[in-house]
Amino acid sequence: MRRSSPGSLRRAFQPWNDPNAKPLIEFRGVTKRFGSVTAVSEVSLSLYRREFFALLGPSGCGKTTLMRMLAGFEQPDAGEILLDGVDITAVPPHLRPVNMMFQSYALFPHLSVADNIAYGLKREGLPRAEIARRVAEMLALVKLDGLGKRRPDQLSGGQRQRVALARALAKRPKLLLLDEPMAALDRKLREATQFELMDLQSELGTTFMVVTHDQDEAMTMADRMAVMDHGGLVQIGPPDVIYEAPVNRYVAEFVGDINVLEGKVVAVEGDLVRIETALAGMVELDEEAPALSIGAAVLVGLRPEKIDLSHDEPAQSFNKVAGEIWDIGYLGDVTMIQVMVGGDSGRLIKVALTNRTRRAARPFAWEDRVWLSWDIEAGLVLPR
Amino acid sequence: MKRLGPGLILALVVGFAFLYLPILALVAYSFNASRLVTVWGGFSTHWYGALLSNQPLLDAAWLSLRLAFVSATLATGLGALAALALARHGRFRGRLLFSGMVLAPLVMPEVITGLSLLLLFVAVDVERGFWTVTIAHATFSLGFACIVVQARLAGFDRSLEEAARDLGATPLVTFWTVTLPLIWPAVAAAWMLAFTLSLDDLVIASFTTGPGATTLPMRLYSAIRLGVSPEINAACTLMIGAVALAVIAASLLLKRGQAVGG
Ligand SMILES: Nc1ncnc2c1ncn2[C@@H]1O[C@H](COP(=O)(O)OP(=O)(O)O)[C@@H](O)[C@H]1O
Ligand SMILES: [Mg+2]
Repeated sequence: MRRSSPGSLRRAFQPWNDPNAKPLIEFRGVTKRFGSVTAVSEVSLSLYRREFFALLGPSGCGKTTLMRMLAGFEQPDAGEILLDGVDITAVPPHLRPVNMMFQSYALFPHLSVADNIAYGLKREGLPRAEIARRVAEMLALVKLDGLGKRRPDQLSGGQRQRVALARALAKRPKLLLLDEPMAALDRKLREATQFELMDLQSELGTTFMVVTHDQDEAMTMADRMAVMDHGGLVQIGPPDVIYEAPVNRYVAEFVGDINVLEGKVVAVEGDLVRIETALAGMVELDEEAPALSIGAAVLVGLRPEKIDLSHDEPAQSFNKVAGEIWDIGYLGDVTMIQVMVGGDSGRLIKVALTNRTRRAARPFAWEDRVWLSWDIEAGLVLPR
Repeated sequence: MKRLGPGLILALVVGFAFLYLPILALVAYSFNASRLVTVWGGFSTHWYGALLSNQPLLDAAWLSLRLAFVSATLATGLGALAALALARHGRFRGRLLFSGMVLAPLVMPEVITGLSLLLLFVAVDVERGFWTVTIAHATFSLGFACIVVQARLAGFDRSLEEAARDLGATPLVTFWTVTLPLIWPAVAAAWMLAFTLSLDDLVIASFTTGPGATTLPMRLYSAIRLGVSPEINAACTLMIGAVALAVIAASLLLKRGQAVGG
């Protein structure tokens, strides 16, 4: 298991930045329509060997359709899909070295757990002894030893999910597709399973592509993720890049919470950008290689956890605004405070405070007059 | 549980009596020792023994069984295929027409089905006998078989078949290893239903049969025209038993299918 040194290996793994790396899977301008609905439009995407890739987007944005085209259940209307550089668009599902874990698990109800896992191996015509060995190995891998004789309806939801996983992995596919793998699990089990999936993936070295509408899940597990909207890919990148440098308002709002202020660029000096906002006056921020022209209308994004709250006015002359506490939401680990800025008809700005002390000691209350302030490294510029 | 009032219970008893008293009477009189049908002469299994030496009746029974077996198998095979086409191929061109034509024999008066088949057989000039009746029976029970299988397929989770394909099964292997095992109870029930329909049928068989191929219902009917004998009662009792068993088996199979597939 990878528990020994998880982070360092992960950080070194960046084949997408290597111009010589050959992708395992390549989508080239793939489009899929259902009647008048364009489920997937013009998607180009490369997945690399051993990568854990997450596809994130709201319900109905085309995630499942994209995955089903990879498995061979849907045919693209335009574009091509390559596996190891070979066009597989015309290859039927049973001949693709790709396996899928279905959202509903799709376990065969008339077969035992062991026979479910053996199903794909039997189709390969492997000898009996080899099949038995691989089934036992898979059962051990997903920690279901001894349950091989049960029927799927005699298992709990979590156990069923593991059987589905074992069945898909038994054939040792080049690519494993997981459609909303945790959707049917409760929260605690979901978190544990996320880490187990990550362990499993780095142990086996299989490429994983997981579809989810849960951003926490995507960010926890993925090496890279893609954010989808209405059938198109909006941004592809490692989770921290998606979170800290979203390309537009849609990504910024879909991945995490963000406050958005309208403004106009008034100065660009090296890495430093000055933006005049209607709500919070002058905002200064540090933007690497800003391609912004003076006078451009932009949006400033501020993540709630990057804003400080104080009763006294901060010393700095910019990146601050006064307001009144409107609402306090206690979430256990953090407290979400909504501050009304710009008078009663102004805007609510969300601030997240980490609860470092217990409840009684917390300093803010409803209707307090407070100051919001933030660092020049906190804000980000988004196109309007 | 809802309790029934006395009026409803009375209606129920009268209704069931109307339906089943004649059958009970028939079964009872098949054990009558007397030759006179309406006079009770004590209990006897004499007529069942007499049946065994009634060669024409035995021949007819054997013919009917073979005929029911072959026509039920044909009807179930074709009906299941029609059900698959209807359930799986979405809105293909002519779907409504296709389903209408498959299911029409369900509501068609038997006389019309029988007569039109007779005209067909005469027109193409085939020798009428075992095979013409078999085809006729398969034709009208196909619709019943189709409905039974279609009901099962309606609740079928398609992703099971996709999972099989994903794991390397060809479409045909998928059908044998996943689809058929899961719809099997419905297919068996459809077969039982088609079997009883064929075993029962008098009208269509009369139209489409030829010399030398007399089915059991036809033989019984012609015997009755010479007067009801306890021997006929015994034959009918056996037939009722066979049909009842088949129907009970079919409904048990359907119930089991619901429990497994779900
Ligand atoms: N078989 C289909 N027939 C018609 N429309 C479909 C079909 N599959 C998906 N769609 C449509 O395509 C869009 C994308 O669906 P899907 O890929 O399932 O989204 P997601 O998995 O992101 O929720 C939706 O608008 C959906 O209604
Ligand atoms: Mg989906």
